[in-house]
Amino acid sequence: MTRKQRRLTLIGGSLSVLAVALGLVLYALSGSIVFFNSPSDIVARHPGPNSRIRLGGLVKLGSVERGADMRIRFDVTDGKSDIPVRYQGIVPDLFREGQGVVVEGTLDPGGDFVADTVLAKHDERYMPKEVVDALKKSGRWQETSSDFAGEKKK
Amino acid sequence: MIPELGHYALVLALGLGLIQSVAPVVGARLRDSALMRLASTTALAQFGFVALSFAALVTCYVTSDFSVATVFENSHSQMPLIYKFTSVWGNHEGSMLLWVLILALFGALVAAFGFNLPASLKALVLAVQSWIASAFYLFILLTSNPFLRLAQAPFEGRDLNPILQDLGLAIHPPLLYLGYVGFSIAFSFAIAALIEGRIDAAWARWVRPWTLMAWMCLTIGIAMGSYWAYYTLGWGGFWFWDPVENASLMPWLAGTALLHSAVVMEKRNALKVWTILLAILTFSLSLIGTFLVRSGVLTSVHTFANDPRRGVFILAILMLFIGGGLALFAWRAPLLKQGGLFAPISREGALVFNNLFLTTCCLTVLTGTLYPLALEAPTGTKISVGAPFFNLTFGPLFVALMFAMPFGPLLAWKRGDLPGVAQRLMAAFAVGLVVIAAAFAVEGGNSALAPFGVGLAFYVMAGAAVDLAERTGLFRMPLAVVRSRAAGLPRSAWGTAIAHFGIALAMLGIISAGTWGTERIVEMKKGETVSLSGYDLTFDGLVQHPGPNYSALTANFTVREGGVAIGTMRPEKRNFASRQSSKNEAALMMRGPSQLYLSLGDTNADGSVAIRLYYKPLVLLIWIGALVMFCGGALSLTDRRLRVGAPRPARSALAPAE
Repeated sequence: MTRKQRRLTLIGGSLSVLAVALGLVLYALSGSIVFFNSPSDIVARHPGPNSRIRLGGLVKLGSVERGADMRIRFDVTDGKSDIPVRYQGIVPDLFREGQGVVVEGTLDPGGDFVADTVLAKHDERYMPKEVVDALKKSGRWQETSSDFAGEKKK
Repeated sequence: MIPELGHYALVLALGLGLIQSVAPVVGARLRDSALMRLASTTALAQFGFVALSFAALVTCYVTSDFSVATVFENSHSQMPLIYKFTSVWGNHEGSMLLWVLILALFGALVAAFGFNLPASLKALVLAVQSWIASAFYLFILLTSNPFLRLAQAPFEGRDLNPILQDLGLAIHPPLLYLGYVGFSIAFSFAIAALIEGRIDAAWARWVRPWTLMAWMCLTIGIAMGSYWAYYTLGWGGFWFWDPVENASLMPWLAGTALLHSAVVMEKRNALKVWTILLAILTFSLSLIGTFLVRSGVLTSVHTFANDPRRGVFILAILMLFIGGGLALFAWRAPLLKQGGLFAPISREGALVFNNLFLTTCCLTVLTGTLYPLALEAPTGTKISVGAPFFNLTFGPLFVALMFAMPFGPLLAWKRGDLPGVAQRLMAAFAVGLVVIAAAFAVEGGNSALAPFGVGLAFYVMAGAAVDLAERTGLFRMPLAVVRSRAAGLPRSAWGTAIAHFGIALAMLGIISAGTWGTERIVEMKKGETVSLSGYDLTFDGLVQHPGPNYSALTANFTVREGGVAIGTMRPEKRNFASRQSSKNEAALMMRGPSQLYLSLGDTNADGSVAIRLYYKPLVLLIWIGALVMFCGGALSLTDRRLRVGAPRPARSALAPAE
């Protein structure tokens, strides 16, 4: 092989690997990403029951109901709208009323959010960024201190 | 007094850093050996001052001096001594100080052990190292000073985040930083070579050990982080494709590629321009990692409380070094002479293949990590890219890479013989196929992909063994010859085979634990028994007991296998009053390389508890594999050091193929 042919082989090989990678990335992006929504977004947009959603906000005070078999129901709120959430399983240690939470799952036809994952942050001073953004958007955000903010009432 | 001393030492280090940034460059231009030698002295002194500064901060933490703001925020007088020590870097300010400490350490190491480097190259390397150091000293002093005092000293600190009160914090960040920052040496060497406009095989010989060392630390650092997350987060996951994890994986992928391309450059004097580019990219990715963690642009468990000014400052550093590095590369790289020729089917070709796939893998991870940001900025749509994306993109590429892996070491330099190599790998193919068949038979077709993955892992392991057998002449020659050939084999050849074996081991663990792991989430009353994968766990009740700075609720379980008691498991829930937060301590029980994993959920008023129980077959292989890779690297490093002692001129560096 001449130098030129070798170079062409190399370039051709690299481009085909990159093309395959690009194809994989585009395919994966079309199917396996999750959209983040605040409760108000869900009320406004009514996403279909097939799209996977991450929902972020605060666990509404007084809304947590525990049932048998580790079933739990609670409302996620951004101060403007509330979305009822159902979940079965163990919730994280820092899951409590009035605290930030991110849940992942789908909406059922009745408008309930059926979560398969419930995330709360590990540090009580830390609020998930998505929750902060959701609260800011609904105008319920208060800068209480440099690094801790949230709804501290009652 | 002590905090001020630490602060002042850091200012002095910055002063030295600024001198070291300029003087050696001038010296190299003017061929003034005194100015060039200055760099070594300042590099050592710089390390001394940063170490002093770090020691001062450690003193503040260990003596619980709550007049210092970061100590107040992150420490508590009741905390065990080891956590007082590790909480030094359990926050943004302290972790940045650890970062520069390691950066200065590497500078000092080059100064101390680089005695047979060409004087001008050494001076330039140290100067570039000092540019990076100065930028980060400035960053710490201007935006994240760990020595700031509070006007009134509180009596008690706010305690370290409970999740960080773990031995993992003592191990994971320092090792990870040794890896991240270690790549700065490769970067400095690359920039110095570009400034000089000259590069040869001896350069690669110099860069390789540093890169290898950084790579080893990064490998083990990532693995330790993963194990820490696994046992501490309470749901048995070991890799979450979290942005910050990706940020550490990307330099690892690029660094692995760099390690391999440097071999080609050292042995064959080829791929020079590419190696330089990889050196720049690898450190750039380390910087991006630092930026992602420290700026808070991406949400992650690793983000500490943040201040936007810091993000902007780090972004500026990032642009300066990445932009500057790449611009210099674009300007100077065409000056570098092209090296030797090789056929596509050859050892060089195989290493190019490795580089191509590793960098493409790296690119897909980068895409998945930054895509949410790129989408949010213009459209405001928030998305998250998780495991499914990476499994679909990273997975297939890595499988191709693993398949090709055993071929590389068996191919000859310059022009290889693919059918011949395939023939020699017959045994490895056979092992792989047998394992696939066996896995299908045992598994019963629940998961179509996993048996192939396991087969692939065994094929790579067998391939590594075949490589060693071929080199030592095992099965072909008398035992005495084999023994002498094994003793004469370069340690780097052993290192290669061992490291390749290690990655296959890790892959086996990932597939096995991910596919055949079982779990149960149940609520249990005292005396009840739950069964999982042949193990029966009986709940014996709850016990409350105090810890040093927390109170713990422990659940006792007796584990039986086939009716025989084999031990107890005691998951805990710890309550930290000072932070009003709690932390789960999962109980782990080793069953060979497999594990039972038990973590505690909510406790109810009637004394029943919710538990998560997992059986993770072969899960320990993930981390054992990383350790094996580390050992392979270490073995290879001992080889390099011997040779690095006497670098020969570039021409004679064309050593015969091993």
